Amino acid sequence: MTSLLERPAGRVAGRPPIRAGRFSGVWRARMLAVTLVGLGMVMLVAAVNIGLGDFPISIVEVLAVLVGGGDSSQQFIVLELRLPRTLTGLLVGAALALSGAITQAVARNPLASPDILGVTAGASATAVTVIVLGGSSGVVTGFLADVGLPIAALLGGLGTAALVYALAYRRGIEGYRLVLVGVGIGAVATAITSWLLVIASIFEAARATVWLTGSLNARGWEHVMPVGLALLVLVPVALLLAFALGVLQFSDDTARGLGMRVNLARTMLILVAVALAAIATASAGPIVFVALVVPQICQRLVGAARPPLLASAVYGALLTVAADLIARTALGVELPVGVVTAILGAPYLLYLLARRNRGVTA
Amino acid sequence: MASHYWVGRRRTVTTTLGDPAGPTRPEGPLQLHRAGSLHARRVTLVVTLLALLVVAALASLAVGAKPIPIELVWDAIWSPTGTENDIVVRALRAPRTVLGIGVGIALGVAGALMQGHTRNPLADPGLLGVSAGAAFFVVIGIFALGMTSLYSYVWFAFVGAFVASVLVFVLGSLGRGGPTPVTLALAGVAVSALLGALTSALVLADTATLDAFRFWAVGSLAGRDAAIAGQVTPFLLVGLVLAAANAPALNLLALGEDVARGLGQNVMLARWTGLVAITLLTGAAVAACGPIGFVGLVVPHVARFFTGPDHRWLLPASGLAGAVLLLAADVLGRVLVRPGELQVGIVLAFVGAPFFIALVSRRKLVSL
Repeated sequence: MTSLLERPAGRVAGRPPIRAGRFSGVWRARMLAVTLVGLGMVMLVAAVNIGLGDFPISIVEVLAVLVGGGDSSQQFIVLELRLPRTLTGLLVGAALALSGAITQAVARNPLASPDILGVTAGASATAVTVIVLGGSSGVVTGFLADVGLPIAALLGGLGTAALVYALAYRRGIEGYRLVLVGVGIGAVATAITSWLLVIASIFEAARATVWLTGSLNARGWEHVMPVGLALLVLVPVALLLAFALGVLQFSDDTARGLGMRVNLARTMLILVAVALAAIATASAGPIVFVALVVPQICQRLVGAARPPLLASAVYGALLTVAADLIARTALGVELPVGVVTAILGAPYLLYLLARRNRGVTA
Repeated sequence: MASHYWVGRRRTVTTTLGDPAGPTRPEGPLQLHRAGSLHARRVTLVVTLLALLVVAALASLAVGAKPIPIELVWDAIWSPTGTENDIVVRALRAPRTVLGIGVGIALGVAGALMQGHTRNPLADPGLLGVSAGAAFFVVIGIFALGMTSLYSYVWFAFVGAFVASVLVFVLGSLGRGGPTPVTLALAGVAVSALLGALTSALVLADTATLDAFRFWAVGSLAGRDAAIAGQVTPFLLVGLVLAAANAPALNLLALGEDVARGLGQNVMLARWTGLVAITLLTGAAVAACGPIGFVGLVVPHVARFFTGPDHRWLLPASGLAGAVLLLAADVLGRVLVRPGELQVGIVLAFVGAPFFIALVSRRKLVSL
């Protein structure tokens, strides 16, 4: 007992502490290793993805073009076509997985995804509305429908999330009530989407289905910029809030007792998750699977009690870019990336579940 | 067996429940009710639901593209004379109504079982991959064999539902420690996502398949006749018997597996009974009507507000509420866009969700 009392505060057995001024943490070698390995794989797969295609370019030549070399055709293909597409996939995957990790930790539920915040369901409903109404009835005409699609999705996602938050607010925000309200609102949004799919002409329905699956086809710099800016701002915010996320794993009373302003922290975290998911969905469609499963995969890779944020972002990017590579090159025809993310990611989650069937609950 | 335990449990339940007469009751100090008042409330709920179900069933027989007065419906049931009204009621609307009641009960009960076993408010009956498996096999049937009739969909959906749930059981129980709720749920998510991706790949590859599939995927009672109702009824009945047998065990499992084991419950037996019941009920429902997610996800939460967490009351209440909701939504779907129809899967969310959200945001929550 005395030895316990004499031990310096903030020690975790087997993990050396790190201190910097007011802040302290523990050294998690496995989390760092998993994140760094993931980062390396992202770069490798991204380079291969830029190189492969109807006009193959070797990795060395890709790197040469990126630092300013290569001939003009290579420069055009890399800088105008494949690089923005790869970057979109990378950033969208990172944003969705980060958003999913935050949502699952806030809701303390492994089945939660940004969908329960209403983001993806709302974005889907408005985007499909634009696709369907833009086609036949002429309310929104062709050009406007194309330009307006990401904006409509963004507004729909943010608006629905605001509605969920407002309806779930009752003297503060509570994880359980948020989940239930999200389920209800999500059901309405999904019903709108399926109703539109039924009344649409078959061509619009097909186009809407591609969007709903999630696609990176013909994504350019205009799709990279919003997601890139969002991640630039929101990733640091999310990492700062990760401290709060740790405390929020306890009951609300315990968190308050530890000095946490529970409602403020939870609202900030939800805001970050919603913004990330809405912007990512606007760029590439709702690749729901990434947000749902990547945090769970990372939690098991790292061996943590809740989904790790940075690792989730890295592996979300990896999964999306790898899926895009396969979607573009594996078959003769190009598949939407959302089809391949599940085919690639689901077996891996199943393998992890079977290998170490531990009662991880967060 | 453990009667002294249940007395104590009832008392704690009453403290977390609101008064149904006053949904806006402020959150003050806990109010203690006598155990008897909870019992009375549960009986009231079941009786009310039964009455509503009768009303909904009569409405389902009377309302449609051709409205039929209620006394003629009565004649058509008890003393048919072969008039046009009699044929509409007996051949079209009666099977549809019976099927609606059966599927509603199945989805409500399966949802309550699923949330009880996984102890997760986001669990719906499709979580074990049942809906995704059914959808995938239906798409294969449409794509490869060119099926277009509801009758052929039924068996493909059934086979798909069972293949997918067996896959989830096996994959979810591979590792150390066998199947736990979390591993089963995650295995279900992964298998569903995989099958969903393959489904979209097929649908996107062939526009004709998408055209047939999108109408099945919404979930509808339209065009289902006595033959389809007869095909799925045996599965529904077996599923309901297993569910009823599972209710006391679920109450013990809610205390945690170790406590349940200590009280003499065979945990593995209880889990497998529940999971087989969920698969039978959901598989039959999906095969008959297509994937209808909302009932199984939301109805148990609504029922839990009134019955508390005791599954011996929660399961029947969820089933009845599911049947009432499904029938009401189906009737409404026939009225809203007359002479056409709005699919029940769409109407459900529009009707049910506002009610559900109002309930969630005003009442104290009864957590799982």
